[in-house]
Amino acid sequence: MRPASTMRRYRRRTYINRFMLVLTVGSTGVALIPLVLILAYVFQQGIGAWDVQFFTESFRPVALGEDTVQTGGVLHAIVGTFIIVGVALLMAMPIGVMAGIYLAEYPANRSSTIIRFCTDVLTAMPSIVVGVTAYILIVQQTQRFSALAGSVALVVLMVPIITRTTEEMLRLVPDSSREAAIALGAPKWWTTLTVVIPMAFSGIVTGILLALARAAGETAPLLVTVLGNNNLAYNIFGPMQALPLLAYRYTEQPFAEMNEQAWGAALLLVIIVLITNISVWLATRRRQAG
Amino acid sequence: MALTDPFARSRGLRLRQRLQHGDLIFWLVALGFALLVVALLLIIVAVTWDGSREARETFGIVGFITSTDWNPVTGEFGALPAIYGTVVSSMIALVLAAPPAIMIGVFLSDLCPARLRAPLSLMVELLAAIPSVVYGMWGVFVLIPFYRTFIASPISNAVGDQIPIFEGPVAVGRGLLVAGIILAIMILPTIAAVSRDVLTVVPTHQKEAMLALGATRWEVIRHAQLPYARAGIVGGMMLGLGRALGETMAALMVIGNMPRIETSLFQPATTAAAQIASQLPTTESDLHASSLILMALVLFLITLAANSIARLLVWNVSRSSGGR
Repeated sequence: MRPASTMRRYRRRTYINRFMLVLTVGSTGVALIPLVLILAYVFQQGIGAWDVQFFTESFRPVALGEDTVQTGGVLHAIVGTFIIVGVALLMAMPIGVMAGIYLAEYPANRSSTIIRFCTDVLTAMPSIVVGVTAYILIVQQTQRFSALAGSVALVVLMVPIITRTTEEMLRLVPDSSREAAIALGAPKWWTTLTVVIPMAFSGIVTGILLALARAAGETAPLLVTVLGNNNLAYNIFGPMQALPLLAYRYTEQPFAEMNEQAWGAALLLVIIVLITNISVWLATRRRQAG
Repeated sequence: MALTDPFARSRGLRLRQRLQHGDLIFWLVALGFALLVVALLLIIVAVTWDGSREARETFGIVGFITSTDWNPVTGEFGALPAIYGTVVSSMIALVLAAPPAIMIGVFLSDLCPARLRAPLSLMVELLAAIPSVVYGMWGVFVLIPFYRTFIASPISNAVGDQIPIFEGPVAVGRGLLVAGIILAIMILPTIAAVSRDVLTVVPTHQKEAMLALGATRWEVIRHAQLPYARAGIVGGMMLGLGRALGETMAALMVIGNMPRIETSLFQPATTAAAQIASQLPTTESDLHASSLILMALVLFLITLAANSIARLLVWNVSRSSGGR
């Protein structure tokens, strides 16, 4: 027979245990509430803005009074995002992939430590600081807001993501494959290009997709470089519209139609991000399982 | 027999051997691109330093970050209100986000059924991937009306007269506290993910020793795992803090954008990033632009400090666990 005090203490410990375990489950649930709320709200509000006009027309001035039906669409922002992010990707891809190759395929030395440190600092850098730099370098020099300045800012945000993923993916390639190629007489660079990179190709594409999704949703650097434009523009040396910029500007407007279009643009961005992240997650999961 | 000497080398071959069959060229190209990453960072520092020269010469760095005046019309620029707003809103975010985030880390690393672990981790990561402008919009249209009616107004009416940080009037609701709440939702996944990772690497024998002594599951977590992972969790919190400090859009849309220092958390304020983003496209003078650039430099240094501490702490945990 155990003394009653021991039993009491045991019971208390059991209660505390149960309480804290429920608390961990509860806080996980509570944290997921905003995610569900935000996604549900974006879908509910955004889908109402989606019609044919939304994807095929540019901005139309909102008429005050009765006839506020014709509100145009966001084609100019879709085209702008496509151009700005596309130009950024063309610049970021070679830098990111080659830096990843350097970090993964060549022996670690002081230079790789410095490069890795700089990648970390760039990853954590506030995006507005990058925007300010592009503003000084391009907007102040040319005296004009331009899509190119926005692309340059996005490059800085994309490069560290691509570098990090490329390095990790190249490290997953077994050394025996490299040794087999070298034993057949291939120089190291040929081995890298024809054996290692093809084996890690899907992983490298993953990193590029993640960088693309991050860049597409980035607003702050575009605010001080691309500025925004109500017309369909193709000139990368002039101001342009982009989806996140449009979402921000239309939110600040007092017109309900523009707010609705802001949600439509937000829904487009969220869908891009969800598709990218979930497909990347599925791809990496299959690799780990297989 | 007049066979040619197989070991005689042509000029082309000699050159290729000197270049190690192209390896040297490829190495140089890769190194060149890798050094471009370093160059990007150096360019950012150099350009913002150079661009802020006018503001530094006019106010001095110490004068700039201790002055509370921000008036583009009279040419008075002081960063203290923006720095105050940045630090206070980020601290609110950290206080609100850290406890649930650590609990999520505990749940995902230990208690979660294996089948649920991957989907739940994905959902936490998605929370981090949603563009910040969407958080800002949700804050403007959903959170602020709710917050004003059910949180800010009741608190301010009940205790606003006694406690100065809850003083009214609440007005539209934009202010430090609601910015802190939005930032908390945004940094929660960062802290949760790092906590999960550092808790996962706690050696099994630490847990088994506690279990063998008859500890309950919570006691194992509380006395064996959390102390072991403490440095790493603090590192995750610093990473989250760094993210909150540099966040622009969500703060810009809900904080009210007033360069003032008020005791009440319900009053509008501003953050460094929000002030730069809203004013840089339409500056009044060169000094105005230069002051905003100097503010960007200060913001960069603050986030760099937070992130350096974070990296050191997380790195120490993963290194020490690797050595065992």
